[in-house]
Amino acid sequence: MDLIRVKNVNKQYKNGVTAIYDLTLNIKKGSFVFVIGGSGSGKSTFIKMLYREEKPTSGEIIVGGINVAKLRNSKVYKLRRKLGIVFQDYRLLPKLTVYENVAFTMESIGATKAETRKKVLKALELVGLKAKIHNYPDQLSGGEQQRVAIARAIVNEPRILLCDEPTGNLDPDRSMEIVKVLEEINKTCGTTIIMATHDKEIVNKMQKEIVLLKDGRLIKHLEKGGYEE
Amino acid sequence: MKFFRMLRRSIRDAFKSVFRNFSLSLASISCITITLIIVAISIIVTFNVQSFTREMEKDLTIVVFLDNDTTEEEVNNIRERLENMTNVESLTYQSKSAIKEEMSKESDVFNEVMSTWDDEDNPLKDTFQVKVKDVEKISDTAKKIGRIDKVSTVRYGEGMVDNLISAFEAAQKISYGMVIALILVTVFLIINTIKLTIFSRKREISIMRLVGASNFTIKTPFIVEGMVLGLFGSIIPILIICFGYIALYNHFDGYLYSRMITLIEPEPFIYMVSGIVLVIGIIVGMIGSASAVRKYLKI
Ligand SMILES: Nc1ncnc2c1ncn2[C@@H]1O[C@H](COP(=O)(O)OP(=O)(O)O)[C@@H](O)[C@H]1O
Ligand SMILES: [Mg+2]
Repeated sequence: MDLIRVKNVNKQYKNGVTAIYDLTLNIKKGSFVFVIGGSGSGKSTFIKMLYREEKPTSGEIIVGGINVAKLRNSKVYKLRRKLGIVFQDYRLLPKLTVYENVAFTMESIGATKAETRKKVLKALELVGLKAKIHNYPDQLSGGEQQRVAIARAIVNEPRILLCDEPTGNLDPDRSMEIVKVLEEINKTCGTTIIMATHDKEIVNKMQKEIVLLKDGRLIKHLEKGGYEE
Repeated sequence: MKFFRMLRRSIRDAFKSVFRNFSLSLASISCITITLIIVAISIIVTFNVQSFTREMEKDLTIVVFLDNDTTEEEVNNIRERLENMTNVESLTYQSKSAIKEEMSKESDVFNEVMSTWDDEDNPLKDTFQVKVKDVEKISDTAKKIGRIDKVSTVRYGEGMVDNLISAFEAAQKISYGMVIALILVTVFLIINTIKLTIFSRKREISIMRLVGASNFTIKTPFIVEGMVLGLFGSIIPILIICFGYIALYNHFDGYLYSRMITLIEPEPFIYMVSGIVLVIGIIVGMIGSASAVRKYLKI
């Protein structure tokens, strides 16, 4: 059974721009997928529809059994608890320590202190930041901040991790480190990973499943491949 | 369990937020304080007025004087008619000789004068004293009684209670108006306070939403914050109620001006008023924060 099913999805923004045209694709549990394409090709729009930040104008999106297009605002949190989400700009809370930033997820869903502690330490271990739990975000490098953001996204053990240009602000070496962390999560936890990127080098090196978008249309969906235009 | 954990967290966050934006919170708290002081004073006055008008009303009696030539049969007829009136609670009959005797006992002067009267000379009148069920209809009832044959004059504490009640009713209306106006201002201030808290925590809210916090979890701390403002705002009014009313009560020894106007005993009265004031404060705070959340926390 496919974890994510997208069927005949169109997305037109209020200003009239159509960002996605008739998109149909399925993603299997445990995959590692690169969503690639030039700037403005609709990668972010696709990701946003998966976590119900944007609603499709038409079509059907099923994520982990949840009909996302029909999901009511008050129920969105149920979807979000099955997902982890990572952005280019990290989106950490500057007044909280590394530990507190990661614990923020657990507190937001009402976990106990003990459970929070256990899972936060495990997540920070996984991203290799256990030594810096008491630091504040501005005391960390960009790569480290992104790893905190990843820890925050996976701390509740979601089935899917969505990443929108997670390496966009990082140099090639740091970028590679981040992708290695994601691969580790994909392997050890079985988390399905969907990463939007336009970083050719990474995509070519990793040779993972690719979804290629161009001007809002699906051009290619390969089990394994490098970056193509 | 989880619910209480979240609630505890909301309350903690709300207190933190109140102190973090203290200067802003202070404006709301002061406004609630002033409002609640006025509310408290009106409640105290209203309850006291109600209490002593009720006492006075209990003493209100219609005195029915019968004509001198009323026969015993006619007296019985009148008694029957009075008893059948819907607003009559009870009545007692006193013949003029009985009244004479009673008055003679009361003072020697009366005794001296009255001892010379025989039944013929006795200028007093046979009377019925009527207690009514509904004091507000007392003048209607008195008028009705006045129309009965052989009944000469009807007396009751005409006007006095009516005037008192209408004076206090006017005062009450004014204080209601003031309280409502103040509550509106307070709610407006609370909305603004909570609005700024919401704006200052936009980032936090969006991340909470992202990582799967329910709407309830996101909204509750802000609603609780309004309630905390209300709670803080009711502290000074409650102190004023408790210490002020006891001081007032002791100063006047429980009476105002005359023995007719007695004050309500402080206990448990002050606890009740404090409770009301606290509840109003918290509810007003909640109304303010709930409307701010509805208006500015779009999730
Ligand atoms: N919120 C929005 N409102 C209107 N148009 C948007 C919005 N977001 C994106 N777009 C448009 O949709 C298209 C796809 O954008 P996006 O999904 O961000 O692409 P990518 O992430 O691949 O660069 C672009 O033409 C962009 O201008
Ligand atoms: Mg993008």
